[in-house]
Amino acid sequence: MSVLRDTGRGYLLSAPALALFFGLLVLPLALTLVLSFNVFDYEIGVKGGEWTLAQYANLLTDSYFYEIFLRTFWISALVTLLCVVIGVPEAYILSRMGTPWRSIFLILILTPLLISVVVRAFGWSLLLGADGLINQAIQALGGRPIKMLYTPFAVILALVHVMLPFMIIPVWTSLQKLDASADQAALSLGATQAQVMRMVVLPQVMPGVLSGTLIVFGLSASSFAIPGLLGGRRLKMVATVVYDQYLSELNWPMGAAIAVALLLINLLVMLSWNRLVEGRYKKSLGE
Amino acid sequence: MAFLQLQALCKRYGPIDAVVATDLSVEQGEFVSLLGPSGCGKTTTLQMIAGFVDVSAGRILLDGRDITHAKPASRGLGVVFQSYALFPHMTVRDNVAFGLKMRKVSAADIERRVSRVLELVRLTPHAERYPRELSGGQRQRVALARALVIEPPVLLLDEPLSNLDANLREEMQFEIRRIQREVGITTLMVTHDQAEALSISDRVVVMQAGRITQIDEPYHLYEHPRTRFISGFVGKANLLRGDRDASGAAQVRHQPGDGELVLSLRPEKIDLVPAGTGRLQGRVVMRYFLGSQWLYRIETPIGEITVVRRNDGDAPMNEGFAVGLDWPSDLLRVLSVDEVPA
Amino acid sequence: MSKNGPLALSFHALVVVFMLAPLVVVCLVAFTPENTLSLPWHGFSLRWFRAVFERADFIQSFYNSLILAVVAATLATLIAVPAALAITRYRFPGRDFLNGLFLSPIIIPHLVLGVAMLRLFALMGVNGSFVWLMFAHVVVITPYVLRLVIAASIGMDRSAEQAAESLGASRFTLFRLITLPMILPGVAGGWLLAFINSFDEVTLSIFVTSPSTQTLPVRMYVYATESIDPMMAAVSALVIALTAATMIILDRVYGLDRVLVGRH
Repeated sequence: MSVLRDTGRGYLLSAPALALFFGLLVLPLALTLVLSFNVFDYEIGVKGGEWTLAQYANLLTDSYFYEIFLRTFWISALVTLLCVVIGVPEAYILSRMGTPWRSIFLILILTPLLISVVVRAFGWSLLLGADGLINQAIQALGGRPIKMLYTPFAVILALVHVMLPFMIIPVWTSLQKLDASADQAALSLGATQAQVMRMVVLPQVMPGVLSGTLIVFGLSASSFAIPGLLGGRRLKMVATVVYDQYLSELNWPMGAAIAVALLLINLLVMLSWNRLVEGRYKKSLGE
Repeated sequence: MAFLQLQALCKRYGPIDAVVATDLSVEQGEFVSLLGPSGCGKTTTLQMIAGFVDVSAGRILLDGRDITHAKPASRGLGVVFQSYALFPHMTVRDNVAFGLKMRKVSAADIERRVSRVLELVRLTPHAERYPRELSGGQRQRVALARALVIEPPVLLLDEPLSNLDANLREEMQFEIRRIQREVGITTLMVTHDQAEALSISDRVVVMQAGRITQIDEPYHLYEHPRTRFISGFVGKANLLRGDRDASGAAQVRHQPGDGELVLSLRPEKIDLVPAGTGRLQGRVVMRYFLGSQWLYRIETPIGEITVVRRNDGDAPMNEGFAVGLDWPSDLLRVLSVDEVPA
Repeated sequence: MSKNGPLALSFHALVVVFMLAPLVVVCLVAFTPENTLSLPWHGFSLRWFRAVFERADFIQSFYNSLILAVVAATLATLIAVPAALAITRYRFPGRDFLNGLFLSPIIIPHLVLGVAMLRLFALMGVNGSFVWLMFAHVVVITPYVLRLVIAASIGMDRSAEQAAESLGASRFTLFRLITLPMILPGVAGGWLLAFINSFDEVTLSIFVTSPSTQTLPVRMYVYATESIDPMMAAVSALVIALTAATMIILDRVYGLDRVLVGRH
């Protein structure tokens, strides 16, 4: 009896959200999936009712598209690696700080997260531009200006800037769960600081690192504003190509196919990663 | 007829029986404790009485009225929760006044009744504070006041003292008893602490594995535990094998091995006498100082026996010391062997 | 009691500089008196801020974003609070599915959501409509409110509700006088986080806005792809100031560290 009552109340309270999410999330995604199989003609546009796999064939055969997927993949992978290399030690350093500083720096490092990504991208273009502040400084010191804007370097640098908080947060969270006296126990048993780090701390924060990796990779692979503003017309990533297909080429089915592929790859990476993490760490850490 | 009655009360969670066919009668003005280890069904029983848990079978009668399926609000019982469950966003006064406001009592009456109950729990100076500004003991008093102010027919206390430290717990035990006597309210308290149950209850109900195994006044419960479980759970006990002598009285078997009876002997009932005399010979293996008492563990041919002696200022016995043990045979208790299935 | 060595602290200093440099530079350049993007070496000037306020299109976009964020965050809160209570209070078939569905916009790329909404809105003939833009934002920001309210609802002492119930409170009174005040920090924090996320959203919005409904981030994005001048720095500095103000409020009502790292 109480199960029925719970079910009724549960659905009643979720009904508004459910209606909205069905109408504006499930339905449009389904429509986009359908669209990606529609025939497209440059003269007429989308031909409803006519079906093709041409878009997906294009993705696999046209070097323009698969190179962009490959580029997106290696840029995202590199950004993820850099975030691990910078974010994990930084989170550890933060966790070892004294009380006022720890929260001050934590907030200082994490709050850029809440500032518009357009603003942050613009900030980097100020720094990295041909006559940007870094090049002005180089010239003032007698060097020759370096081309940084509209190169992978600029995109990667700005992506690391945007993604670093997403790595620090989960690592920080798992560091919070650590028993500080485990460090001391290891030290009292004769371990060096480096051994404590490698044998006690790292294994325990690994789940945090792995979930951070997942978020950073996923967000980098689908990032739009950073490559759009700092990659220029040449350096395209998947998201900027989708934008071109929709709003310049007006080839919506092609754009839809790329978007669907992006979503599927993202979900696939997340699911397999999750499974890996679960198998490896969740059990041993009893989460 | 009793004031609060549980008749064959049952609670099943799927295949698990949390409470099995529980019968209990509580008289008006009585203070009854439900005592048992965690998971024994005592809290579920209380939650069924309060109306937070659906009853699977059986009936709950309050002053002759069947409240088995009544909503918590319409039962009008006073409940004090283990976590106190104070409303953190309200002052002490507003917390206490909440139930009266729900009953649409006039502002003047609320003012009067809240002041009176705050006086009763000695919180008048703290009326305008928020729960977070109070100590654990003070929060406990607010929870008590909030439950009492609606003048409920029955007060239900769910582990009311388990969040307090030892000193405060003892103080609050007496405080709860004082208030209960002053108001004369029928009270049912759930606890896992046998000392707490013994010290302030009129009657103690021992529960184990979803069943009531003994209902007695505290002194009688301590002196005459029915089962082996109760003798160990309520106070300390030496469990000994025994049999009946020619006259049918129970006696301890002085050789190792099985006797037909299980006997309980309280540690403070045993006398220590010079070696060579008494009923049993032994040697002190461990000695613990408990302040008002000494606790000895004594090795004997029938196993280790715990003895407690009053600290009367004389030098205690050293470890290794040989002693004799003696006891009045009428203080041996025969325990029922057939225990409740786990 | 700092346990970090000098090497660790230098590393930390570099990270902090890296994280703050672009924001600090934007704020400094906004005050330049020059016509080019340069640091204000020769005195501070407000001319580029004045230039912003003379741009009717930017002002319009600012109001679009502000109204959008306020309304969308409010709607998201109105649907997320009951959903969060359903998910935390009741056990029913499909509960985990609903929870996953309502949180899924966090892991679905905004780009994909943007093109999906564009398709739907185009078929409905409502693309560029402010109302539908708003609904799109509600979908995207609901998870933020949901997460905080779920955390608050799990964190609150349920026996306080039982206490109120046994004292005679009706279902509605219970929600109004006990549950809502107790989860209020989570609700308010969720609203503010949703507000910030809606106000900053660019990737989805760029697909489903028209020139008249363009939000400020979209306007800035489009402007920055075409030309770069100090006015853009002034707009950015204003956005930073507004975000900082919101964050200070967020810190007061809920605790910024709790929002950011999810400590409860």
